[in-house]
Amino acid sequence: MELAEIKESFEFFDDWEDKYRFILEIGKDLPDMDDDYRIEKNLIRGCQSQVWLVYAIEDNKLRFQIDSDAHIVRGLLKILLVAINNLSPSEIIETDLETLFEELGLMAHLSMSRGNGLRAMIGKINQIAENGAS
Amino acid sequence: MSKTNIRSDFPILATSSRGKPLTYLDNAATTQKPQCVIDKIGDYYATFNANVHRAAHEMAEKATAELERTRESCAKFLNAKSTNEIIFTKGTTESINLVANSVPLFSEKRRNIVISELEHHSNIVPWHLVAERHNLRVAAIGISDDGELDLNQARSLINDDTALVAITHVSNGLGVVNDVKAICRMAREHGALCLVDGAQSALHFPINVEDIDCDFFVFSGHKLFGPTGIGVLWGRIELLEKMTPWQGGGEMIEKVSITSSTYQQPPFKFEAGTPNIAGAVGLGAALKYLEQIDRDSLGKAQDSLVKNTTERLADMPGIKLIGNPNKRSAIISFLVENSHPNDIGTLLDQQGIALRAGHHCNMPLMDRLGIPGTVRASFSLYNDDSDGDRLISGLEKAQTFL
Ligand SMILES: Cc1ncc(COP(=O)(O)O)c(C=O)c1O
Repeated sequence: MELAEIKESFEFFDDWEDKYRFILEIGKDLPDMDDDYRIEKNLIRGCQSQVWLVYAIEDNKLRFQIDSDAHIVRGLLKILLVAINNLSPSEIIETDLETLFEELGLMAHLSMSRGNGLRAMIGKINQIAENGAS
Repeated sequence: MSKTNIRSDFPILATSSRGKPLTYLDNAATTQKPQCVIDKIGDYYATFNANVHRAAHEMAEKATAELERTRESCAKFLNAKSTNEIIFTKGTTESINLVANSVPLFSEKRRNIVISELEHHSNIVPWHLVAERHNLRVAAIGISDDGELDLNQARSLINDDTALVAITHVSNGLGVVNDVKAICRMAREHGALCLVDGAQSALHFPINVEDIDCDFFVFSGHKLFGPTGIGVLWGRIELLEKMTPWQGGGEMIEKVSITSSTYQQPPFKFEAGTPNIAGAVGLGAALKYLEQIDRDSLGKAQDSLVKNTTERLADMPGIKLIGNPNKRSAIISFLVENSHPNDIGTLLDQQGIALRAGHHCNMPLMDRLGIPGTVRASFSLYNDDSDGDRLISGLEKAQTFL
């Protein structure tokens, strides 16, 4: 799935129901993380549900695996991954993820009382990218 | 005649959320405010804003009188012997921290503090902090799978080694009503102190601290139609007199020199600095409002709404109730098959249904039950059948997403 496809789908949603059905649907595509990685050390702080993140850097490309125990969060993570997976650290730093979620009308998930922790995830990803770039 | 229809007293209940009529079922987090409380706070700032207990002018006199009148109302509300036993705090959390920091527990040989697995973090963490400082142990009374305290275990945990027992009256996670009288009796038999966390009970039952026979009772104004930032610590006067102040500052002293100070008598000894005057005035209005409404019949209507909603949830496929208390307050916790509590919270929020999903500041309880959290619907005296219906139909819709 491409980011352009996701953006296009969002343009056609009339109401919250379509939007959330879509988010839940694409969340199903997110590969389940191995239990070995679903450990305390890989948890992102500041999320209400559990979110695990592991990454590797290969040929200057960052590859992320992210998973959560909440379905809506998995959908949001899927969007995040489509936006950034296999980009170089400096490309990730240039990607304005907050604006992306704002454009998709998912800002509530960014600001909502640390709600689904999207802001925490974006922060973590940017931090990894910055470390990878330096 | 006291009022039996109060919904229209709460302006927020007529508003909408996410473009739908608001269904407010997050009352255990905080209750909404009746217009009279909102007006009273406005009135304070518009017509008699002044600092209390200091200035010699008319407005200061009025502000002081209102604050002290709230203290009297609180004493009456709890059936306390004296207004000097009522200390204003920010809320339940600060009240518990005050006790944890002021009570002369640690001169004695008693090394245990007993809590329970049902406690809110604010009745756990303050005890961890003192335990670390004074090298004490914190032990918790366990629960059954239904969420009931194990009173047999309580009997063995509470012993001559126990300094203090701190127990919640109603579990904010599961709605279980605890037999706090029995627990306090056990504490008393062993010469231990006993604190009751009334955050979730003070609105729902008449409180009588003499009958409970505790040493401390704490609650928050915002959970009983009052404003945020004001709460109460009730303590037995003999204890309050012995306790050292926790915070120092203005208002709490008798005499100060450069090298030392002497303190006022309770309650002022524990109220350093300018208090939350607007909060106290607003709490006074909330307690007055509680006297004007027919709490008894509204409480019965609420109980039957809670019972009915619990039964409907129990009958719904894919819904699992968490906790099955003998005596339930106005809280229902549950899980929805194939989903995380936060998923349900979001899908209900989109339908204008406000409730809470998560661990509810009850991490030890969630660990004990082996779940990440729950979806929690919590009711108040203004909720009616339409709220129960909207919850059920909102959940049915949410289930179609999973
Ligand atoms: C049982 C219980 N204790 C303590 C608290 C803390 O109250 P506050 O945040 O008003 O200090 C709450 C509030 O959620 C509660 O439900």
